Amino acid sequence: MPDVAVIGASMTKFGRREEWVLELLAEAAEACLEDAGVEGTDLDHLYVSNMASGEFEGMTGIPNALAHDIAAMPAYTQRVDQTSSSGGAGTYAAWQSVASGASDMTLLVGAEKMTHRSTGESTDIIASVTHPVEYKHGVTLPSFAGLTARLYLDRFDAPRESLAKVAVKNHENGTRNPHAQFQKEIDVETAMSSPMVADPLRLYDFCPITDGSAAMLFCPADLAREYADEYAVVSGVAGATDTHVVHERADPTTMGGVVDSGRAAYEMAGLDPEDVDVAELHDMFTILEFLQMEGLDLAPKGEAWKEMDRGTTAIDGELPINTSGGLKSKGHPLGASGVGQGYEIYKQLVGEAGDRQVDAEVGLACNVGGFGNCVITTIMEARP
Amino acid sequence: MTMEAYRYGDGSITYPGHPRGPDGSEPVGTVDLSEYTAEVVTWTTSHATPPGVREPNTLAIVEFDVDGTPVRAIGQVTTDDVEIGDEVEPVHVDELREPGAGIREPASQDWDGYRFEPTG
Repeated sequence: MPDVAVIGASMTKFGRREEWVLELLAEAAEACLEDAGVEGTDLDHLYVSNMASGEFEGMTGIPNALAHDIAAMPAYTQRVDQTSSSGGAGTYAAWQSVASGASDMTLLVGAEKMTHRSTGESTDIIASVTHPVEYKHGVTLPSFAGLTARLYLDRFDAPRESLAKVAVKNHENGTRNPHAQFQKEIDVETAMSSPMVADPLRLYDFCPITDGSAAMLFCPADLAREYADEYAVVSGVAGATDTHVVHERADPTTMGGVVDSGRAAYEMAGLDPEDVDVAELHDMFTILEFLQMEGLDLAPKGEAWKEMDRGTTAIDGELPINTSGGLKSKGHPLGASGVGQGYEIYKQLVGEAGDRQVDAEVGLACNVGGFGNCVITTIMEARP
Repeated sequence: MTMEAYRYGDGSITYPGHPRGPDGSEPVGTVDLSEYTAEVVTWTTSHATPPGVREPNTLAIVEFDVDGTPVRAIGQVTTDDVEIGDEVEPVHVDELREPGAGIREPASQDWDGYRFEPTG
């Protein structure tokens, strides 16, 4: 089985965009192909990560439409929907396509167009992942975050400010990322006094609703040098699920899919958590950054907030987390988010992360669907 | 009206029920959780609710003790005056949110159910 390389990546500006999903996909796809010096006609496989283009704008069949727009025919196309972890699942699919020998050149593009819908409508589309016994009570993803945050703070005696500090850190990182939706720093006081959304979580504990697209290009590692002097290899990638019904989990502060996908990805890569130099975690809500740090053994159980206080996860810390600004500041265009995480790790590993560049040889991305219902963990390493 | 949970061959109970239990065993019976009280595990009040949902919407994850077997459920709370550890009892409501106001097809599921009311 060949090693799989990432030889190019791109992302559009995330935020409120005029373009619709197909235009966003084409923008990122063209930029990614250009980044690697590859033509659409060179593609064997084309994967599109997207959660809900049908629900958001009544547009389906987008992989084929994109293949036509970028002249990728007769490339095989497939849509990958795994809710908010569609991008990570697309990464897994793209890796599989090359590792299996089915494709020598695979483009993955993730996108979502959301901001034309009201916050309530968007929240409801996302909440449609819930079980009927959850949905009929008006349970939303933000309310799961509020329920979990209260339990975490209570059980581990963590100060409420620790969650605000996640938002402050990621907003600061976002100011270094020209693609990020938010380009402003905030302070703890601002976060702590923002409107209550899902008690005890406030507005600045939540990611925004976002339009955007991101792309990555994969090929066998032994072909990578034909296209790039520096590239990355996917050394570990794994997916796992947890219960669909969130309250059935024995410990609501543990996301089993994070734990299981992380362990499998570490094992595949032959690496330990201590080897990770930089990580992009799925901070759709601030509390999720702590849950993933702990689930991935990047912090002891119940102590991620202490690492935050120590500055470990700051961009100049021992383990920078969400140098891109994370979903919190960069934005969360559902199907694009996992690909955007991969973009950030790739750029960090090839030394093209600009003002947010850190010293990294090994990067990890964790992409979470639902409220931990399905998770993809990807580990990439710099080459040569 | 019942709040029906499934009991499985290994003795575990889940709400809602599934065709298979946590260890893969088949259901062997049902339990009506509305006949039990529960303890609040955690709660939140949502101030940004989707179409057709009351606002604010206080929700809780609660844990029933069915003859020594823990069973958890989630649901609306009848008040926003609730704390972790409170004892609650299920109270039936004909319509928990407005069917058809949201994205889900109204006929695809039921819309009645049980809110949790503190007993203290």
